[in-house]
Amino acid sequence: MSAGTNAQERGPYGGFFSVAGAVAWRQIYKYFTNPAFLSPALFPLFFFVAFAGGLTRVGSVPGFDYAPGYTAFQFVWSLLQAVALGGAFTGFSIAGDFESGFANRLMLAASDRRGILLGYVIASVARATATGALVTVVALLTGMPMSGGVDLFGLIGLAVLVNMAATLFGAGIAMMLRTQQAGPIIRTPIFLVLFLAPVFVPLELLSGWIETVAALNPFTIILTSARGFLAGEPVGVLPAYAVGAGLVVALTLWALFGLRYAERSS
Amino acid sequence: MGSTFSVQMLNLAQRSVVRTLRQPAVVVSSLLFPLMFWGINSNGLDAASRIPGFPADSYLDFSFAFPLIQAALFGAVTAGADLARDIETGFLDRLSLTPMRPAALLAGMLMGVVALGLIQGVVFLAVGLLFGVQIQAGFGGMLLIVLFMMLVALGFGSLGAILALRTGSTEAVESSFPLFFVAIFLSSINLPRDLIQADWFRVIATLNPVSYLVEGIRSLIITGWDGQALAVGFGCALGLILVTLAGAAASMRTRMASS
Repeated sequence: MSAGTNAQERGPYGGFFSVAGAVAWRQIYKYFTNPAFLSPALFPLFFFVAFAGGLTRVGSVPGFDYAPGYTAFQFVWSLLQAVALGGAFTGFSIAGDFESGFANRLMLAASDRRGILLGYVIASVARATATGALVTVVALLTGMPMSGGVDLFGLIGLAVLVNMAATLFGAGIAMMLRTQQAGPIIRTPIFLVLFLAPVFVPLELLSGWIETVAALNPFTIILTSARGFLAGEPVGVLPAYAVGAGLVVALTLWALFGLRYAERSS
Repeated sequence: MGSTFSVQMLNLAQRSVVRTLRQPAVVVSSLLFPLMFWGINSNGLDAASRIPGFPADSYLDFSFAFPLIQAALFGAVTAGADLARDIETGFLDRLSLTPMRPAALLAGMLMGVVALGLIQGVVFLAVGLLFGVQIQAGFGGMLLIVLFMMLVALGFGSLGAILALRTGSTEAVESSFPLFFVAIFLSSINLPRDLIQADWFRVIATLNPVSYLVEGIRSLIITGWDGQALAVGFGCALGLILVTLAGAAASMRTRMASS
């Protein structure tokens, strides 16, 4: 049976999904057989401990009215940071695959190369599930209240969108540069977006240039809504999901551009 | 003998400084990142200055110790990584075949760290003043801040040297960066210790010597001339230097004996 007949039998999307499945399975296997797969959670855990532990009194500042308390306020940011860094680390993996020559062989073998991107995204979501769960367990152990009930699914949905957006951003850079030296170029913008948001206090309590920047930062909309979900008082749900989905769409185009660039350069 | 040692040390210090300055990425990141974090932290946490009992009117002033301490940390990692590279490339082995004394290499490298600390101190003070930081201790306080920063850079730099000499690996030194970072954040860098609500955090911050380095610098900025904070801060800095310098010298002897 020829390769052409196989492709016909799989239908127009058969190659796409089979490539995605194969890449995702390989990445997930790689992650979960190496204890370092939890490394994207280390910095968020550290920041969570440092900020939630050291800055609890900030929760008593006049105007700070987040009902679940300062630990929960910091948890949401740490969770979103963990899943975003999970996306960044997937970018590092892609760059490593190019350096080792694996990605070039993969591109030669794949019947639909767009499936490669989907595979990395699926694996990244699987990894983010583990790192996000780790951050959540640590937060619960430190006494964080969970008052969101069914609304917590809204928080999880936003976390998945953030992870996908960060993965696609990292994938685009990794495919364009195809070297692990791209690490800082992937990591730094993600860190900046995360920190130029209302990290320590709500947007209303910020002042000066950081207030302006945070108000313009699309991540602020997602973060504010995610905090609302945890508190069981959803706010700005539609804008948050619209921003998250918009970022995923825009960064999918960016990642596809990176893929085409890598195809031309290979 | 003494003059030979001085000449060797100065030559190696010059090499250390020139090598650092020839890496623009290192110089820029050691200046830019601490300032960026300071900018974000000082504005993001400005509301903390409204906590009853907060010791300063402005969080900008309160947090100015942050870039100074963080920059010293960057310098330590840079110096340690440079020394590790000397070991990896065989420079230290070749040096052991010459009349050059190992202590001169260590002293030269540390002089490079101190010089970087001086540059960082002056630049940060200039930027801080430009953005409205008010140093309560005046011009004399500024000079003391720069001196303090050089001492802290020397202490952290010696720690970087220990890591480099023990591991002989640039990667190992670079990967120690998060540990330094943890030491800074688990201190009184963001809030005064008496305003830290979580008991466990306050205990860690009290045991962490970085808290006293921070409080020494901070006292000059927000209080003026506070003899106790300065004595404890300088005492900690000198203690850090003594311990880490002795460790670095011992590590250098071990390394040279095995090369």
